[in-house]
Amino acid sequence: MEIINAFALIINYIIIPGLTYGCQLALGALGVTIIYTVLRFSNFAHGELMSFGAMTSILITWIISYFGISISPLPTVILALPISILITISYCLLIDKYCFQYHRKKNSKNVISLIVSIGVMFFTSGLIRVLIGPNDRTINDGERFIISARKFKEITGLTEGISLKLSQSITIIVSIIAVVLLFWFLNKTKTGKSMRAYSDNKDLALLSGIKTENVIFYTWLITGTLACIAGTLYGLDKSYKPFTYLQLVLPIFAAAIVGGIGNPIGAIIGGFVISFSELLITFSYNKFLSYLIPINFLPEGSLQLLSTDYKIAISFIILVLVLILKPTGIYKGKLL
Amino acid sequence: MLLDVREIICGYENTIIVDGCNFSVKKGDIACIVGPNGAGKSTAMKAIFGLIPIKSGQVIFNNEDITSLNPQERVIKGMSFVPQNNNIFQEMSVEENLEMGAFIHQSSMKENLKNVYNLFPILNEKKSQIAGELSGGQRQQLAVGRALMTNPVLLMLDEPSAGVSPIVMKDLFTKLKAISKMGTSILVVEQNAKQALEISNLGFVLQNGKNKYSDTGKALLQNPEVRVSFLGG
Repeated sequence: MEIINAFALIINYIIIPGLTYGCQLALGALGVTIIYTVLRFSNFAHGELMSFGAMTSILITWIISYFGISISPLPTVILALPISILITISYCLLIDKYCFQYHRKKNSKNVISLIVSIGVMFFTSGLIRVLIGPNDRTINDGERFIISARKFKEITGLTEGISLKLSQSITIIVSIIAVVLLFWFLNKTKTGKSMRAYSDNKDLALLSGIKTENVIFYTWLITGTLACIAGTLYGLDKSYKPFTYLQLVLPIFAAAIVGGIGNPIGAIIGGFVISFSELLITFSYNKFLSYLIPINFLPEGSLQLLSTDYKIAISFIILVLVLILKPTGIYKGKLL
Repeated sequence: MLLDVREIICGYENTIIVDGCNFSVKKGDIACIVGPNGAGKSTAMKAIFGLIPIKSGQVIFNNEDITSLNPQERVIKGMSFVPQNNNIFQEMSVEENLEMGAFIHQSSMKENLKNVYNLFPILNEKKSQIAGELSGGQRQQLAVGRALMTNPVLLMLDEPSAGVSPIVMKDLFTKLKAISKMGTSILVVEQNAKQALEISNLGFVLQNGKNKYSDTGKALLQNPEVRVSFLGG
């Protein structure tokens, strides 16, 4: 019984949140990786693009709710998502047209596009604050739990409860759908293959008659979609706070690099590596051990490797370690 | 005349590399451009395909002046080019490589794919393998196969034998002959002048960016001057 309790504790505090957070990071890292492979620069604006997507989702949710439409018990934001995806894509295409295109046409060095992306990041975060303000917003208007901890305890008779939030299951399901569609698109459709061909060997792709403009259009289409979904899911799971997305850039890049930048499967794996490391290192093992060893042997203190305040440092440490020890990442990616 | 290149002058920045060259290829020809290192062979071919701008001169293809067209537009007109390096999509499967070759000729893709597989049976065998894992000779076959997927009238190859073994080279030249028999004209730049001239019915010897000799392959092989200066006796 004690062991089962210990497992329930781990599932509740590490597995479920880790999977959810990992999905959000994986979707973000996929967006970064796709821009990197096709357009050859690190897009630091991706975090803010996610924030932009989440913001449009909220604005549209407000409009939808104003008309009294809801799909309870699911949150209304699901209904808003398709429209906000379109808006985010349009925003990405506008940015490309007015910021990145110029340097692409001039054949500037990739690092210049990277710097442009930092500018886009600041601009976007400013735009978001003008449009929706810096305050904390909750989007989740649906049912909160699928299984609440109390109900779980009543059913199983365990001391530890496992709770599964609706937002968590939505995150996981939507992420799976998005990733499956993405891989289908890249591997099975003519357009997806032409994108891979373009990123593999640009000159040969041009010789084969693949058009740069089309590839770039579809790249932003995918990036905008992924950013909007990832941002909205993150906002749905936690709450929407414009500031937090700036801090998401680091774990997202860490995920993309750990997995091997330029490799979509790597980006997904990297997302989970980062999310689980963050949780495992900041988890307090005190209660977990109390189920497994006699109470007299239990060390004092919370048995936390690092305080949760240092969460952001973990992805940074992983990033540095990977860059030193295995710069190509888990799946052989391109060197930065 | 299928391809008529008139007095082209081109180069990079301020250096002129190709200085007034003429080439002409008829339908069904295998023509090869040979010459010592730095003679401007590859540059001339890239200029014909539109990869580098021409300072003066004309490129006439199928009785049409294509001097101002970009490479993609020339592909649509029926030219196809196999670069010397990076001529396959390394991370994609063999079949995907060929599909990408057919990007602008989607309608006749199935038929072209069948033709390429008939010509290079090894590609059919390895069609789901990642192209980067192929051997040097197989890569070269794939590169040629990819270029053939557009169903070209003129296939241009830049040093196809560079870096492959003599056996593979011989095999490749046999395939080129078969391709020309199927009705595609071939223009090839070659370092291995002797073997290339043997399969060609037209040869152009370049030196310092100028035409030195232009004759049939056989005549060039027998020409004592050419033998001494370019074919090693």
